[in-house]
Amino acid sequence: MTEGITMTRVIDVAQARKDAKPIEKNDVVFDIQKLTASYGRQPAISDVDLKVYRNVITAVIGPSGCGKSTFIRCLNRMNDLVPGARIDGRILYQGDDLYASGVDPVEVRRRIGMVFQKANPFPKSIYDNVAWGPRVLGMRKDLDGRVEKALRGAALWDEVKDRLKKNALSLSGGQQQRLCIARAIAVEPDVLLLDEPASALDPIATSAIEELMHELKRDYTLVIVTHNMQQAARVADMTAFFSLDVDEGRRTGVLVEYDGTAKIFTNPADKRTEDYVTGRFG
Amino acid sequence: MNRYRRRRIVNRVMELIATVAALVAVAVLAIVVLSVAKRGAGAISWDFFTKPQALFGQPGGGIANAIVGTVLLVLMAGAMALPVGVLTAIYLTEFAARRVAVPIQVVIDVLAGLPTIVIGIFVYALLVIGHTQSGLAGAFALAIIMLPLIARATQEVLLLVPSTLREASLALGVRRWRTVLGVILPSSVGGILTGTVLAVARAAGETAPLLFTSSIFANTVQTDVTKPLPNIPVLIFTYSEQPDPALHEQAWAAALVLMAFVLVASLAAKALLARSRRKLVG
Repeated sequence: MTEGITMTRVIDVAQARKDAKPIEKNDVVFDIQKLTASYGRQPAISDVDLKVYRNVITAVIGPSGCGKSTFIRCLNRMNDLVPGARIDGRILYQGDDLYASGVDPVEVRRRIGMVFQKANPFPKSIYDNVAWGPRVLGMRKDLDGRVEKALRGAALWDEVKDRLKKNALSLSGGQQQRLCIARAIAVEPDVLLLDEPASALDPIATSAIEELMHELKRDYTLVIVTHNMQQAARVADMTAFFSLDVDEGRRTGVLVEYDGTAKIFTNPADKRTEDYVTGRFG
Repeated sequence: MNRYRRRRIVNRVMELIATVAALVAVAVLAIVVLSVAKRGAGAISWDFFTKPQALFGQPGGGIANAIVGTVLLVLMAGAMALPVGVLTAIYLTEFAARRVAVPIQVVIDVLAGLPTIVIGIFVYALLVIGHTQSGLAGAFALAIIMLPLIARATQEVLLLVPSTLREASLALGVRRWRTVLGVILPSSVGGILTGTVLAVARAAGETAPLLFTSSIFANTVQTDVTKPLPNIPVLIFTYSEQPDPALHEQAWAAALVLMAFVLVASLAAKALLARSRRKLVG
């Protein structure tokens, strides 16, 4: 039975990745070294070493509670907002330590955008949702053009161009999530972090988001957290598998394996990865 | 079976008692309103609203000067309390660390529970002794009463704003203050206005602080706020102490006006709140 599942996965992944080009690994965006993130005394992830490459989609997969979201939130210092959150180790972003003392987290978030699990449009018009960020950040030149470009970039323009003044909350869930992507890219970040962006969406909206990610890859570096393995197999070039280390009742997320997506899904080096991707646990 | 019957009967009895208690509460209000209306309705006329108080010993006259004065007093008090109250709430919900916020919260709750006569005597010592009574001193006393009410109400609506909206804005690289201005306040304006209207309604009827600060007033319309401003609560108080039954009737009528104002304000506040809720939910 498990053998059968393994076989279909292999074929799925192999077919999905047939067109994949070899990954350029010389341009490192994030160089994460010995990253440990804790809430209070309890580490949520421990000793993570990982490199994220430019214009590549990197997926982070793993069972619930293994620290996937914590990990991705370290990358744009969103965890700073959680009282008691602490970081050890280093995250180099284009060579600069994101957590060095002189670094302004607001500036970090400005360059490294984020899309959340649940679509969270502002209770404003569709236009204002996208335009607000650029307006506040001083990118006021040709705002209409910028809004259109962002909405086109998020594959939403054709659906909303006639009702830009309508409240964003009147859109469907999938449209709201694409609006959030448009909002994030309207301020022209370098990196886009996506924290389970499709987990609350139906399959059609999900595939729209996945197609969009392939488009976005040309201009952005993407890191996506997902609990959906097929999704990782479909969209990601690189995949990082996180798991839980249980030690004396303490549960800590650790990076088990990080490699090309095809490798992770067809020929993982670690037994735990194999167990997870073949559905034996998690 | 017997036990089952007993439980059913206990349930019915308790339901009945609770219903009666609710009816008593409504009845108390109804009796107050009706008795005030019965005693005061006779004095209500066009002149009552448009003419100032009659000179001592002369018949007729109205409460126009007191209406104008009360409006001025609550407007000034609102202008003082609204910015401080709203900013306090913003500080507590958006900026302060928990260990700072909790004691401030306690202080505000104590302020809300302070007897108004204490506030009156404090402002009397601060602003009236050595000077004279004035509308400004009265408004200041009323502002102290309004401040915790506005701060509390504002805090409650700010907490209603989903934290995902804050995250969305901060993830764009927008500073906290701009997030407050651009995202959080617009979605809570309705609730803040509601709280303010209720605070105004409450302050409009306060008597004790005005006895100290704005009670020796002329029986003409007064708009100079450095002089004591005529006002409805003190007018009710002084008229009720007079031997003339016509003045008693006017005191009841003034009470009716005050009550009608509170009622209208509460209804307006309810409508405002409903509108702002709709805006957040979509």
